[in-house]
Amino acid sequence: MRTQIINGRLIDPKNGVDGTLDLFIADGRIAAIGTPPPGFVAERTIDAAGGIVCPGLVDLSTRLSGIETELAAAVAGGVTSLACPPDTNPPLDEPGLVDRLVRRSAALGLARVYPIGALTQQLGGERLAEMHSLARAGCIGFSQAKKPVQDRLVLLRAMQYAATFGYAIRLQPQDYQLAADGVAHDGEVASRLGLAGIPVCAETVAVSSSLELARATGVRLHLARLSSAAGIALVRAAQASGDKVSCDVSIHHLHLTEADIGFFDSSARFDPPLRASSDREALRAAVADGVAAISSDHTPVDEDGKQLPFAEADPGATGLELLLPLTLRWANETATPLPTALARITSDPAAILGISAGALAVGDAADICIFDPEARWQVSADALFSRGKNTPFLNQELAGRVRTTLVGGRVVFGA
Amino acid sequence: MRNPQLNDAGELTHLLSTDGLPREVITQILDTASSFLEISTRDVKKVPLLRGKSVFNLFFENSTRTRTTFEIAAKRLSADVINLDVSRSSTAKGETLLDTIDNLVAMHADMFVVRHASSGAPYLIAEHLQRVGRDDVHVVNAGDGRHAHPTQGLLDMFTIRHYKQDFSQLTVAIVGDILHSRVARSDLHALAALGTGEVRAVGPQTLLPSALDKMGVRVCHDLATGLRDADVIIMLRLQNERMNGALLPSAREYFHCYGLTPAMLALAKPDAIVMHPGPMNRGVEIDSEVADGPQAVILPQVTFGIAVRMAVMSILAGN
Repeated sequence: MRTQIINGRLIDPKNGVDGTLDLFIADGRIAAIGTPPPGFVAERTIDAAGGIVCPGLVDLSTRLSGIETELAAAVAGGVTSLACPPDTNPPLDEPGLVDRLVRRSAALGLARVYPIGALTQQLGGERLAEMHSLARAGCIGFSQAKKPVQDRLVLLRAMQYAATFGYAIRLQPQDYQLAADGVAHDGEVASRLGLAGIPVCAETVAVSSSLELARATGVRLHLARLSSAAGIALVRAAQASGDKVSCDVSIHHLHLTEADIGFFDSSARFDPPLRASSDREALRAAVADGVAAISSDHTPVDEDGKQLPFAEADPGATGLELLLPLTLRWANETATPLPTALARITSDPAAILGISAGALAVGDAADICIFDPEARWQVSADALFSRGKNTPFLNQELAGRVRTTLVGGRVVFGA
Repeated sequence: MRNPQLNDAGELTHLLSTDGLPREVITQILDTASSFLEISTRDVKKVPLLRGKSVFNLFFENSTRTRTTFEIAAKRLSADVINLDVSRSSTAKGETLLDTIDNLVAMHADMFVVRHASSGAPYLIAEHLQRVGRDDVHVVNAGDGRHAHPTQGLLDMFTIRHYKQDFSQLTVAIVGDILHSRVARSDLHALAALGTGEVRAVGPQTLLPSALDKMGVRVCHDLATGLRDADVIIMLRLQNERMNGALLPSAREYFHCYGLTPAMLALAKPDAIVMHPGPMNRGVEIDSEVADGPQAVILPQVTFGIAVRMAVMSILAGN
């Protein structure tokens, strides 16, 4: 199938492309940009007038509670590649499970799924998982998801082992002992509402120790979902001194603060918690500077999991379909240029994951998102494809709507 | 954001917290309680204000004392009172909190008095009632986690007003485990709403929540500093499980540093009153000589508590 996408504003952050350029697709790949290759006859023409044509979005963390619905939600949100953390049920610690996930998702032909394998067996934090076998089955990195490695010696060994084969490790930096039974940022709101607090030092202690262990082992480290100004400052300093460390900030932490908990609103329960407005400003600055990428932290939670007192409610929110509009909102509020903003959800996460995605050079896979940056839509249960309908942005109007998503040159969403 | 305990006219429809409660509403409750105080001294201790109404005491966490005070208050208003010890019945069978509520609403409950171990649980119930269109059913928070115990906060305000009148001239010291105390939070918000001159929080760092200063509170780690020239001293109960561990080394050392002894009390104003939400740990947070002394108003607090709870229930039923 030969397809051409015409009249759109093509933005390819990685290759510094930004202009009204037509895109020509053949055999699932980008065949040419600007002018058609000799003898190119399009079987399908997509008119992108008034829209933006950019690489399909790459998401660093998507929980797939139901693979069909969530991958449909992904492409509806313009996401064409996503990393799935290993805290599935059962956890991704067996090559067979990874293989099945890869096959099932590939058969659907929607977004491409990149599994993150379990770092330790059963995510128990004690015995190393078979990383080499898991990598052969398709894992692109290893993590503990939200489970701690209680014994630092085990973490050191896990990093050494991963570094042996050049695998990347992702950690969510939160010291489980300092976080204890906390459910909200240890600050004004938690004090007022009588919620057990998670202090900022739960993050900084974990960031510091992870950075030290990564330095000692030379492993490539990604710190997932930073929440605090002090935590991001440590990563910023480590990057400046040449450490191989990356990090991301979720769309929720980019926009919300502890104040959004209001009167115990369980849709604002996140792990790590939403913190103070000064923390949010530091996270925004880090994303603007390229210190951090943006993730959807997509975590579908059903209604029963949220209709509970705040501390008992499940943390997390649906995010795949909000990744683009909330990135655009941040860019708009901070006057960040669109190509820079799009880099944070395309080429940057692709580089972090070490996958070939998030760019549209000739020869690249034709994974493409076409969106209308001005089109406004209301976030509602009906509008969302995801099984997770819970989000603090429910009933809000957001700008930025995906018109068409292509994976490997095939239209998988829209027209 | 709409305060879920007030209706569009600004009237009280639930009592969930003293946080965000306007001064006029607090004053209305305290004035109403004053008028009820006399009823409890009559031979026939009943008024018909809640006749025909059903008040459900829903205690997801055990508390015989608090439940009893609500039961007495409701009965003096002629309500039918149904006590449900939910901690041992439906939730143990897997029923969710909101399923329980729906069932009781179907039994024509008019008011829920809710005690729950989780902060915010009464808000969840109030929001659910609004969602299902039952604004006529009222919720009274009888203590949720560490968050709030508003009737206790209001009876504390009633007690202070009874003995001291003008809040703007007062220095109030709250001493002890403020971190885990719903009573302290309810007191802090009510004292702020009533324009209290100075409010001090006294305790070791391990027992004080962070960002207290942002709630307009002066934080004192030294008991003598905290008590000096105070008009009102509110002592908090120290739970047994917090006495020996990472929060405090021992009850003995706590008493040594933060226990209210006659010598410490002498630092406050000569007419200072000593309050305690009960039950007391004699020799842990308070010396018996102080607890039984002339400045203690701990038993009057209990009496006032009935009148305040009658006031809250009658106002809710009227709105």
